[in-house]
Amino acid sequence: MFDLQNWTTALHEWMLGILPEWAAILIESVLVALIIITLYAVFAIVLIYLERKICAFFQCRLGPNRVGKWGLLQVFSDVFKMLQKEIIRMRKSDRFLHDLAPYLVVTASMLTFACLPWNKGGHIIDFNIGIFFMLAVSSIGVVGILLAGLGSNSKYPMIGAMRAGAQLISYEISIGLTMLTMVALTGTMQISEIVQQQYDNGWNIIRGHIPALIAFIVYLIAGNAECNRGPFDLPEGESELTAGYHTEYSGMHFGYYYLAEYLNLFIAAGIASTIFLGGWAPLHIAGLDGFNGVMDLIPGFVWFVGKTFFVVLLLMWERWTFPRLRIDHILSLEWKYLMPISLFNLLLMALVVVLGLGININ
Amino acid sequence: MNFTLFVTTIVTGLAFVGVVIVLANLIAPRSFNAQKDEAFECGIPTRGQTWMQFRVGYYLFAILFLMFDVETMFLFPWAVVMRSLGPVGLVSALFFIFILILGLAYAWRKGALRWQ
Repeated sequence: MFDLQNWTTALHEWMLGILPEWAAILIESVLVALIIITLYAVFAIVLIYLERKICAFFQCRLGPNRVGKWGLLQVFSDVFKMLQKEIIRMRKSDRFLHDLAPYLVVTASMLTFACLPWNKGGHIIDFNIGIFFMLAVSSIGVVGILLAGLGSNSKYPMIGAMRAGAQLISYEISIGLTMLTMVALTGTMQISEIVQQQYDNGWNIIRGHIPALIAFIVYLIAGNAECNRGPFDLPEGESELTAGYHTEYSGMHFGYYYLAEYLNLFIAAGIASTIFLGGWAPLHIAGLDGFNGVMDLIPGFVWFVGKTFFVVLLLMWERWTFPRLRIDHILSLEWKYLMPISLFNLLLMALVVVLGLGININ
Repeated sequence: MNFTLFVTTIVTGLAFVGVVIVLANLIAPRSFNAQKDEAFECGIPTRGQTWMQFRVGYYLFAILFLMFDVETMFLFPWAVVMRSLGPVGLVSALFFIFILILGLAYAWRKGALRWQ
């Protein structure tokens, strides 16, 4: 299996050989920062294009098809357009909070993004409380959204932010409980360790069979709600609230919300592929050594990105299939169905683990 | 190293937003208009304050969230060591979760989950 850790260690050793330690760490940090920004921008652009095309095909349209071949350059032209637009600040708004909100939203999604395991040894932040850390930093985004509504001092953003806040914190419980279920199965919170276990013992969704499958379905529903998407997009429901919490943002200020929204979709899918579908762990079938050998030849990041895009497609399918829900329906779906289900599912998983009923392929 | 990278990521996030916003401010055109910096409300002037008392339903859900989020926080360490704790740990966690479900049932019965 291709291990990125070897390369990064070699680079670090080489830099220590020619530079003092602080300079080596500084250069490495700058490199990491550049990598994060590049990946962040590239995946946002890919996802925005993908979403527009897929949404169009669901609705029997063509989607963007004028700028570049098959509309491939549409997203770039949108970005440059946004960059040229004036950033309008309103007279009555709370300037500080209004300007602070995009920083919080983007930083929160970037911190979560940095936790994803791209390859064996290819993670940026890897705490031993990884999953917990991920959950914690991803909820900073809620603060950003609430500040956006509050700081704008305008009616529509306020209503949108309140709805978004109620919805995001509610569905965060389901997300937390499904992650907890998978932590109960793996017995560790370190993300690299979780994936390594799945490489050794088979993907969690097979290992944890029934409770893992239930957790995966709950995660798909709650993940869409966490990203303010799909049937749960009423925080920004266009026809009622103009644009929800980012109505008063223009130009690049708005662009950051757009960017973070799509990156959050990627992150939600990435977490699902990490804790359920094995992250960078290739598909192994017990007993078929030749097949496993061939699968091992495919590098880990291809597996990770492939699985993530599979989950992204599931989430988009969900988004464009169901009609928008009402706020009380959204909240009762979470509190009366998803949360009790995931609590009982956690107990079921605990039973499976304690009684040793999990499927172990090796 | 992890903490260095953690700080790096935070700085990257802040710089990514800050630099591009400064850039956008530099290259974007600017115009002044009395109506432009008004709050958006479909063309009519906005009435009254926005920062006012808001519907209480949202706060009820926030309080419920607090309870269950703290519960998840407490369950994480249990989930990590559950395998070694065995049946004893399972029964204690069952008791803990039972009390919480009791709390949810109480809130449900009292109508805190009903949107009215």
